Amino acid sequence: VSELVLPAALRDVEPVRKLEIPARLDYEFTAGAATSRFLQGIARKKILGERCPVCRKVYVPPRGSCPTDGVPTAEQVELAHTGTVTTFCVVNVQFYGQAMDLPYVCATVLLDGADIGLFGLVQDVPADEVRMGMRVEAVWVEDEKLAPTLTSIEFWRPTGEPDAPYESFREHV
Amino acid sequence: MPEAEVLSAPLVLEYPFRRSVGRVQSAFLTGLREQLVLGIRARDGRVLCPPVEYDPVTGDELDELVELGTTGTVTTWSWEPAPRPNQPLDRPFAWALIRLDGADTAMLHAVDAGTPESMSTGQRVRIRWADERTGAIGDIACFEPEPAGTDAGTGTGEGSAS
Repeated sequence: VSELVLPAALRDVEPVRKLEIPARLDYEFTAGAATSRFLQGIARKKILGERCPVCRKVYVPPRGSCPTDGVPTAEQVELAHTGTVTTFCVVNVQFYGQAMDLPYVCATVLLDGADIGLFGLVQDVPADEVRMGMRVEAVWVEDEKLAPTLTSIEFWRPTGEPDAPYESFREHV
Repeated sequence: MPEAEVLSAPLVLEYPFRRSVGRVQSAFLTGLREQLVLGIRARDGRVLCPPVEYDPVTGDELDELVELGTTGTVTTWSWEPAPRPNQPLDRPFAWALIRLDGADTAMLHAVDAGTPESMSTGQRVRIRWADERTGAIGDIACFEPEPAGTDAGTGTGEGSAS
């Protein structure tokens, strides 16, 4: 490395070594009609999916149409508050803005009666005991804190039922 | 199916990037904090500002810092009629490439020109320093037009390093 000679005026001052370059994007997110129906259900402690009239699959959260058949999902379906962990991730790494104590578990929960998994946290169980097929139930915030946001479901906890057989959710992994 | 009111809510994505600057940018940014602008001499003799660590032609490591003036020439510009948050100025201004006296390349910055009619290529500008300087490009608050009669023409791109 060759020598970089600083001007005299900079030799006795503290050099700049780091730069903070925050990138911030301010959006206004519009949920759309179908997801708004879902979120307003959440505010009433109901999990509302929508069924495709062609393939009969139930989507949750609904986006208003079936991505396979390209038709509106015209039928609303109220789903159970129980489901099966199809896949999960144990988070062990600290990052900026993190609200959770480590380690914690993010999972995809296939609700009973649904055909697509819902993203959530799995708690009330050691991280290393979470597994595919584990049966879980929704733990909601207190009623007065219910709002049209998925954080109204605080987390999912094991029901204690026997694990669901792999075949029952293999199409959803 | 019941008609629902369509919901919307603010959604903020924020990435708090922090990076080390390396020795050349360290010198450049430290200089800005101390109200001194540095370029660096390339292998072909040109002075590059903002300075770079490696020669853009040969890839050689560069090490000859050059002190530059605080005045320069607009080589091209574009008017910003509606500044967004966190842009250099909160009123309409020009984005300009400015070749500082003593440099052969131009740097991007804002010119507080008031109106687009008062901007022109070849225009002479000078640095307005920020009151509080932290070692970042914002230590140059912006450039401001030099008084009339100091126009340097459209510029040839030739070096003016002395």
